[in-house]
Amino acid sequence: MKTALRIENLSVHYGKFTALDNVSLELQQHTTLGLVGESGSGKSTLARVIAGLITPDEGQVVLGSQTLGKKRSREQHKMIQMIFQNPDSSLNPKHTIRQILAEALLFHKIVERSGVDKRCKELLARVHIDERSLDRYPHEFSGGQRQRIAIARALSVEPSILIADEPTSALDVSVQLSVLELFNHLKSELNLTLLFISHDLGVINAISDTVAVMRHGKVLEINPKEQFFTHPETSYSRELLAAVTRMPTSNIEGGIS
Amino acid sequence: MKPTLLDLPLQADDKNKRIINRILNTPSLLVGSIMLIILVGLAVLAPFISPYHPSDQNLYAILQPPSSEHWLGTDQLGRDLFTRLIYAARTDLKIMVLAEIIPFCTGVFLGMLAGYYGKWIDTLITLVTDTFIAFPFYLIVIIVAFASGAGQRGLYITFILVGWIVYARVIKGLSASFRKQEWVASAQTLGIPGVKIILRHLLPNVLPQAVVVLMTDMVGLLVAIVTLGYLGIGIAPPTPDWGTMISDGQSFITTAWWLSAVPGLAVVYTGIALSLVGDGLADLWRRK
Repeated sequence: MKTALRIENLSVHYGKFTALDNVSLELQQHTTLGLVGESGSGKSTLARVIAGLITPDEGQVVLGSQTLGKKRSREQHKMIQMIFQNPDSSLNPKHTIRQILAEALLFHKIVERSGVDKRCKELLARVHIDERSLDRYPHEFSGGQRQRIAIARALSVEPSILIADEPTSALDVSVQLSVLELFNHLKSELNLTLLFISHDLGVINAISDTVAVMRHGKVLEINPKEQFFTHPETSYSRELLAAVTRMPTSNIEGGIS
Repeated sequence: MKPTLLDLPLQADDKNKRIINRILNTPSLLVGSIMLIILVGLAVLAPFISPYHPSDQNLYAILQPPSSEHWLGTDQLGRDLFTRLIYAARTDLKIMVLAEIIPFCTGVFLGMLAGYYGKWIDTLITLVTDTFIAFPFYLIVIIVAFASGAGQRGLYITFILVGWIVYARVIKGLSASFRKQEWVASAQTLGIPGVKIILRHLLPNVLPQAVVVLMTDMVGLLVAIVTLGYLGIGIAPPTPDWGTMISDGQSFITTAWWLSAVPGLAVVYTGIALSLVGDGLADLWRRK
């Protein structure tokens, strides 16, 4: 299996606070790495460094065989896309869905101007949004729908890596399920390489192949999902697993397979 | 995978109807707009409304009170006051609008630059705005107006130099808060250059607030134009202007009070109209 992304000794400091402390990890092609950890553990900072939104103080991000510098090329930007946590603020409130999708398509020359409409409709169909929604504004959609539109925008430029920073944490449980179903469906359909950040171990279990655990800006453990959930390596991972609230046994069918 | 249904039914396409309904449900905007339309209509159609010319003198009919022949009476040179009032509206409103264009564009753009980029750009722009703010507005206006010469040219130079400050300050704060929004981060992740993010993403979001400030600022600008005219360093006679009309009528305040009161009331009327439109627009955008 080829390595899609390699993080080498990344450190980020905000004044005296260390957000990332010598973090190294690898993301294999066409797999999903679930990144877990408590609030403030550095998960989102790591995602933002990879997406090029924060310049690290030390270390580097290597995409395939290219080291990503402080100033990324248009092509390098295109290769890594990110979906954010808050569906209320991830879409420009003054842009229609057509404008939101078309901007990405035209900027990265994915299609000609004449083909934008057709491509926008295909993208909306992929995330199960009515294609007649193109002229609507983000406030006309629910949180789950907005998150699906954000997914469509991220996918529009055909990135090689998709980062999802807690994309379900602001959604209610039933909507979470539909967004997770969508991720699972897109993973198998598009062979995505995904970095999925969450503090919800249920969500991580549903979507990841490998799990990495972060705490205080450090990566404590990286293991295949089965091993992490059955034989966690560190005491912190065991604490995390022990903290998961259990549901009473039920014979209702459903959920994500 | 089973298809995920839309969580909300799509609404019918009645966008225009909704916009008209929202305007009708905002009384301040409605009243302010009607007042402005009347004012602008009178100013634009002045030559067709009045049978007189604003400079036509009739020394046999000076200081006449309002009558059917002269609706608002005549001044000390026998000129028809109503004619001068609506021709003065042409002059003052034209300067008010033209003098706001450059400061509005510059101030909004500099404010977005400072708010979006922060760091040294913000420090530099803040330094300039704070320096101007430290001086009383009218002191700067009078100094620049004197230095650049009385008349319309001086007014334009003065407002181009100082008018942008208010926009830059308001828009800077707004842009700095928008910069932290995830839709800006999304655009940055796509690799869209900063200036494009400012123009395509920030501008439509800061524009409503900028227009509300524009309405308030135009009131201030109109008062400044009138004040400079009153002080004799604004619009030069015989061009009709509310400021010089107030000043000219001052000597006759005990015998023909309407000479000063009428142009004064015109300023108040315009101020109220612009404020109502500004408040209405703010209300309209807040409710969205």
